[in-house]
Amino acid sequence: MEIARHWRQRAARYRLQGQRHRETGEVRFPAQPPAIGEDPTAWEAVDLSGRGELYSFSVLRQGPDGYEGLVPYPVGMVRLEEGPLVAAQLTDCAEADLAIGQPVEMVTRQLLDTGEDNVLVYGYKFRPVLV
Amino acid sequence: MMKPERPVGLIGYGAYVPRYRIAAREIARIWTDGQGGVPVDAKSVPGPDEDTITLSIEAARNALARAGVAIEQVSAVWVGSESHPYSVKPSGTIVAEALGATPWVSAADFEFACKAGSEALTAAMALVGSGMANYAMAIGADTAQSRPSDALEYTASAGAGALLIGPAAEAVATIDATVSYVSDTPDFFRRADRPYPVHGNRFTGEPAYFHQIQSAAQRLMSDMGKTAKDFTYAIFHQPNAKFPQAVAKRLGFSDSQIAPGLLSPQIGNTYSGAAMVGLCATLDVAQPGETIFITTYGSGAGSDAYALTVTEQILERRNRAPLTEAYLKRQVFIDYAVYAKWIGKLVMG
Repeated sequence: MEIARHWRQRAARYRLQGQRHRETGEVRFPAQPPAIGEDPTAWEAVDLSGRGELYSFSVLRQGPDGYEGLVPYPVGMVRLEEGPLVAAQLTDCAEADLAIGQPVEMVTRQLLDTGEDNVLVYGYKFRPVLV
Repeated sequence: MMKPERPVGLIGYGAYVPRYRIAAREIARIWTDGQGGVPVDAKSVPGPDEDTITLSIEAARNALARAGVAIEQVSAVWVGSESHPYSVKPSGTIVAEALGATPWVSAADFEFACKAGSEALTAAMALVGSGMANYAMAIGADTAQSRPSDALEYTASAGAGALLIGPAAEAVATIDATVSYVSDTPDFFRRADRPYPVHGNRFTGEPAYFHQIQSAAQRLMSDMGKTAKDFTYAIFHQPNAKFPQAVAKRLGFSDSQIAPGLLSPQIGNTYSGAAMVGLCATLDVAQPGETIFITTYGSGAGSDAYALTVTEQILERRNRAPLTEAYLKRQVFIDYAVYAKWIGKLVMG
């Protein structure tokens, strides 16, 4: 079950695939199924740019299972340039490197190692822009 | 020498080097009380959320950004490495999925010690050069493993280079010809299920690195009717700081020809990434009309040599992605304890 749960989200996690409304151009992330009665083709899949700015951030000092070795690590909310607000881990940075409003970019990293006889889970994180 | 029927070249290129470094002196502090020489100044260390797949993804995104080619047009994503995160389950499919290249794409993993990436490059040249495809991505990436206190620990590092191969008319650098030279040489190996590779004692060095590189390099120059002086730049596989400088000298290349692509003193041996990141750093400074000679090396053993000519298109495309220098400059040094934790060398009981 767990493998399927991770696998199902791969397009969103690996490359920030969200949805764009074909008529209004509105972008949403993560993707959602059509609302009841909505035209099922109204939203099309779109890969987001991964660029945005840091809306808020905090530092986790007690990590959940599987993250004990990473603490302390920063997490943030990122306002993507297409509009959606995304919560994610921040990487390649320390608390002192972060400020609200700073430009960040998406990178695809290991999210979780689910065990020697299980899969490695990959997904988006954000870091301060490289250049 | 080998040349495809249809001329090919690099449409885009991209490097990736992790942010973290450990100084070779810090490793020596632990194992030799700081005594004796060290083979490099520092080596790159993958962050705790990085592996060959994540390194490959970022290098390939940089190559695609420079190329400006729609991902749907890329027909192959091939990853060369000796540190694929899975023994069974291709890195190539995960990288291809992250790039958005799936499902109509060939994906595969290549393995040939430190020249796994150039195996992918030669195969990509053939795929495009035969007309079977217009674009193919060849990646060399590693997060190299080494036994604590072993000589390898000073250099075994992490990095990736990605090259998008396509028709020569669209290239930032054409690939004019290549040769491949291999022989069964037991200089360095890792048995299945063993965690660290070992050196085959007397086979290291002269019969391995130097013989294979010199054979491939001399054959390509001779077949092309050229000498070292006919090339603006040269890159050689770089397991340490000394070997690439020594082999360059033997082949007639000067220090200034290899300077832009000689990164091992700063980042160690990125294995499958080594020559390819060196090539990326050289392309970052090369001017149209200049020529590049590159020879890779993989233990086991063999070398691939390539001759490239830079085109006008480099000027417009170079700055579409971070230069290699941007990755080299963002260095954060860690001590041996953090390094041991991240590399998984602590036994948690």
